Amino acid sequence: MEGRADYVVKRTLFALLTAFVAVTINFLLFRALPGDAVSGLRCQHCTFQFKTALRHDLGLDKSKWEQYKIYLKQLAHGNLGLSDVSHQPVRGLLWDPLKNTLLMLTLGTVFSIVFGLLTGVVAAWRRGTWVDKGSLWTSLAFYSMPTQWLGLMIVYFVADRIGLPHGGIQSPDLGILGNPSTYDYWKDRLEHMILPALTLGLVLYGEYTLIVRSAMLETLGEDYVLTARAKGLSNFAIVRKHGLRNAMLPIVTLIALSLGFIVGGAITVEYVFDYPGIGLAIVDAIDKRDYTFLQGAFLLLTISVILFNFLADLLYFKLDPRVTT
Amino acid sequence: MTLDHPLPAAPEQLEELSAEGLGERRTPGFIRSAILTQPAALVGLAVLFFFVFIAIFGSYLEPYSIHDKTGPVYAPPSSAHWLGTDDGGVDMLSLLIAGTRVSMEVGFAAALVAMLIGGAVGVISGFVGGIIDVVLMRITDIFLVIPDIPLMIVMAAIFGRSLKNIIIIIGIIYWTSTARLIRAQVKSVRERVYVKRARSLGATNNRLVFKHVLPQVAPLLIANTVLTVAVAIFDETALSFLGLGDPSAISLGKVIENAFERAAISSGAWWAIVPPGILVALIILSCSLIGGALEDSLNPRLRVAHLGARTFRLRPLVGRSPEAL
Repeated sequence: MEGRADYVVKRTLFALLTAFVAVTINFLLFRALPGDAVSGLRCQHCTFQFKTALRHDLGLDKSKWEQYKIYLKQLAHGNLGLSDVSHQPVRGLLWDPLKNTLLMLTLGTVFSIVFGLLTGVVAAWRRGTWVDKGSLWTSLAFYSMPTQWLGLMIVYFVADRIGLPHGGIQSPDLGILGNPSTYDYWKDRLEHMILPALTLGLVLYGEYTLIVRSAMLETLGEDYVLTARAKGLSNFAIVRKHGLRNAMLPIVTLIALSLGFIVGGAITVEYVFDYPGIGLAIVDAIDKRDYTFLQGAFLLLTISVILFNFLADLLYFKLDPRVTT
Repeated sequence: MTLDHPLPAAPEQLEELSAEGLGERRTPGFIRSAILTQPAALVGLAVLFFFVFIAIFGSYLEPYSIHDKTGPVYAPPSSAHWLGTDDGGVDMLSLLIAGTRVSMEVGFAAALVAMLIGGAVGVISGFVGGIIDVVLMRITDIFLVIPDIPLMIVMAAIFGRSLKNIIIIIGIIYWTSTARLIRAQVKSVRERVYVKRARSLGATNNRLVFKHVLPQVAPLLIANTVLTVAVAIFDETALSFLGLGDPSAISLGKVIENAFERAAISSGAWWAIVPPGILVALIILSCSLIGGALEDSLNPRLRVAHLGARTFRLRPLVGRSPEAL
């Protein structure tokens, strides 16, 4: 039991340390930009005196160290600054895209985990057969495709044929004749979400099938599986209770680590499908050089990936009571 | 199959792997035999060689200049333009050849940067041990969790859009997994009998590292580098697609982006958008096959981990053993 408490403390400290490093990187990177928020100002009354006064107001004339402390303090209050373009608080601007992205990512990830687990387990179980070979090469193919390209292929070859929208998040004609009912609203949302989620899901599906298959192969080769077979257990019981349960640990590790990739993939997918999530907002911010927004969005993505990794670490308890390190 | 279990290496190598700590030196022909015994790796090697050939001799193979209009806008494939033309009437085949060269350049150069940094950190960490090891590995662990595509996007947006920057950015983001892998290997090699023997004969640390340790970890380093090439090309494609690529260099990612931006889809010009993605997928697939096969035969314990794949990241699989990757 002591080992467990130890483990939780260790992982918590590590997550906090990582978050702290991420915050610092975030501060340093954006201070590496040439010039500052004031030097780009062009206006009639922007005299040198005015700029100096503005710098003073914004705290830009303080030392870097002071600025860093102020930045940390602001963050602790949940203040991510004002967007360089719209001059709205970044925190508010992040909220709507975040909701859209989360819904889409969840749909895509659930799809890939469910199907990845299924095919991975079946492939490992029927190893060497055509089922195995077929699913192996399919997943390798999906795994090798650039996410944005797969998205474009789906837009080009699939979207119209199955009658799903290939861009945006809401049909332009929705709500023209008065407010749409909740059902219509969500149905429309879902239709717009399916293709981006499917794109992301397929790329991840490839990766997850490979992970699950190889983790399963490893456990199925263990002695205890042989014992289970000798006891006369059914194939299903062997695979589920002896194989999959033991394979879960590496699977969870790797899925947690692939979160960073999911987030990255979401950015390109949203760009392809013009889906107004965090990714599209980031692309937009790059175009407009809205660095404060970019900073906030990057921080949000990083912290959420760190958080989910931390949760995965805690999940090990459920999966493997032996965990102590 | 590459990803299959039974060790593909020759029996004497099998023995060597199981006898870690006592192990003899790895024979020089190791890489060759590891690849030759696996058909999937052979196929991967052939495909990769093909692309390397294109990258080197591409400029002699391009049927047209990539800077001139040599046909109608979005002309479908014909005998004059085998793969049609793009939105500016530029020959697609020539563009693809030029794009392959740039993409391969970025991939290999970035992987080289990652290999040098990761290799150095791994060897120092593993060989010196102690507090340096702890500190370096903590840093590595932290960077493993920070999502890399967002980090890359932010860095590319800040430091400017040039090939050199992209190479450096990708390189310094992917050194972490290399470092972890190499460190584990160096730690085990360092304890082998022949290294101890050499040390007791008065060999200096330099000599030990360069004569005895490095040659032993080199194959693993190569395997890892090949995998990094795939990841680097994938990421370059994503960066280019988001408009963060070098404006003056045409990579495969850039070709995809151009087609997307200039409405190849609504013009029905599949030839402008399908082939570049297939090329990227083929390069990534071939690198994954080779790297995976090498890693499998080099270090059977990594089997699961390297499939964490796109970001084929490694970290202690918690709870297995303190030394496990």
